[in-house]
Amino acid sequence: MAERAAQDIPDGAYVNLGIGIPEKVVRYVPAGREVIYHTENGLLGMGDTPEAGQEDPELINAGKRLVTAIPGAAYFHHADSFAMIRGQHIDICVLGAMQVSQNGDLANWSTGDPDAIPAVGGAMDLVAGVKTIYVITQHCTRSGDAKLVANCSFPLTGQAVVSRIYTDLGVIDVTDDGFKLVELAPGVDFDYIQARTGCPLLAA
Amino acid sequence: MINKQISSIHEAVADIHDGATVMIGGFGEAGSPIELIHALIDQGAKNLTVINNNTGSGHVGLAALIENKRVAKMICSFPRTANSTVFPELYKSGNIELELVPQGTLAERIRAGGAGIPAFYTATSVGTPLCEGKEIRAINGRDYVLEYGLKADFSLIKCLKADRYGNLIYNKTARNFAPIMAMAATTAIVQTKEFVEIGDLDPEIIVTPGIFVDRVVIVANPLLESDLVKAERSYP
Repeated sequence: MAERAAQDIPDGAYVNLGIGIPEKVVRYVPAGREVIYHTENGLLGMGDTPEAGQEDPELINAGKRLVTAIPGAAYFHHADSFAMIRGQHIDICVLGAMQVSQNGDLANWSTGDPDAIPAVGGAMDLVAGVKTIYVITQHCTRSGDAKLVANCSFPLTGQAVVSRIYTDLGVIDVTDDGFKLVELAPGVDFDYIQARTGCPLLAA
Repeated sequence: MINKQISSIHEAVADIHDGATVMIGGFGEAGSPIELIHALIDQGAKNLTVINNNTGSGHVGLAALIENKRVAKMICSFPRTANSTVFPELYKSGNIELELVPQGTLAERIRAGGAGIPAFYTATSVGTPLCEGKEIRAINGRDYVLEYGLKADFSLIKCLKADRYGNLIYNKTARNFAPIMAMAATTAIVQTKEFVEIGDLDPEIIVTPGIFVDRVVIVANPLLESDLVKAERSYP
């Protein structure tokens, strides 16, 4: 999924990657493309995990993992970092999801369980401000429920914000007419992916 | 003569009063002013409102301040973290209040507070549970939510180098909330790894100009939260 999403990141893009599978996109960006990664805690030009002995606990990403800074990187404070996001300077953001609805609503911060500790981080800022939002997610939950649905039942992160979804079963665009299949993963056919999608899927 | 240096860390936090609003810098452990927080625990102020992105880790630093029942309310974006058990337990038992704010809105509320802007409109959180009860206004065809600036009585922040005017530079992503928290607090209290002579910091690279800073105390070898958590330390 991360490898497939990386194909859609153009040369010269400024990209923010969410925590989890989206972080892996960085490994697969095709050779010859120069992409600048933004991490919202205050770094443009985020590089790989540091080698042993080179770690600095004050050089981390939004997931609080140790990272490096590439030559040409820049540090900045949080208000500037979110000005880059809210001010539509970041081109692409790749996020995880609990649910995506057919009009592009995203739910990825809370199940609405009253016993859970609510935590939102920067997800709502990213979907409100970044020009293009991609989602990487398993097509269904562990218990087999559809994550691509007619309407999200979980609390929203943002309304009509998702452009494209990469799942283990295929690539799906959010269009004015609902979910539209772009391509199927190897070994998957249309009926299989449709049966695991919570609303009608338009054929490619 | 201007000299913002304070000789002892305990003196630096001595006047933080019960019920004060305190902004504490740091994103996780990066930039967390652990020594200032521990001095605040020693000092004893309680019923505090604390503004930080998170709620600390383990039983040291911000988590220890919370565990020692000094914090009545947290304003933050992400109160759940690995090794964060203190806040969740108090929250579930109804013993601490939480105001959950999206991270960028939190940053901008602090910046606005420090810049004399009482409120602003943002698209962040529109259509979500976090905009419920707030004013929504359509501007150029898009909905925005009204958010208010945040100020504090005190801020506690950590930097790499400071001079006696209070000019500051930081280390990498430890900068995070510190520059805006210095602006938004009536009294900004800074712990610095190095204290340098006036003129040693190139004016072109100063991140926080000294006008935003009130007190500077040297902590030459600051503890690392992750080391303390790994060693299962608690404070006091």
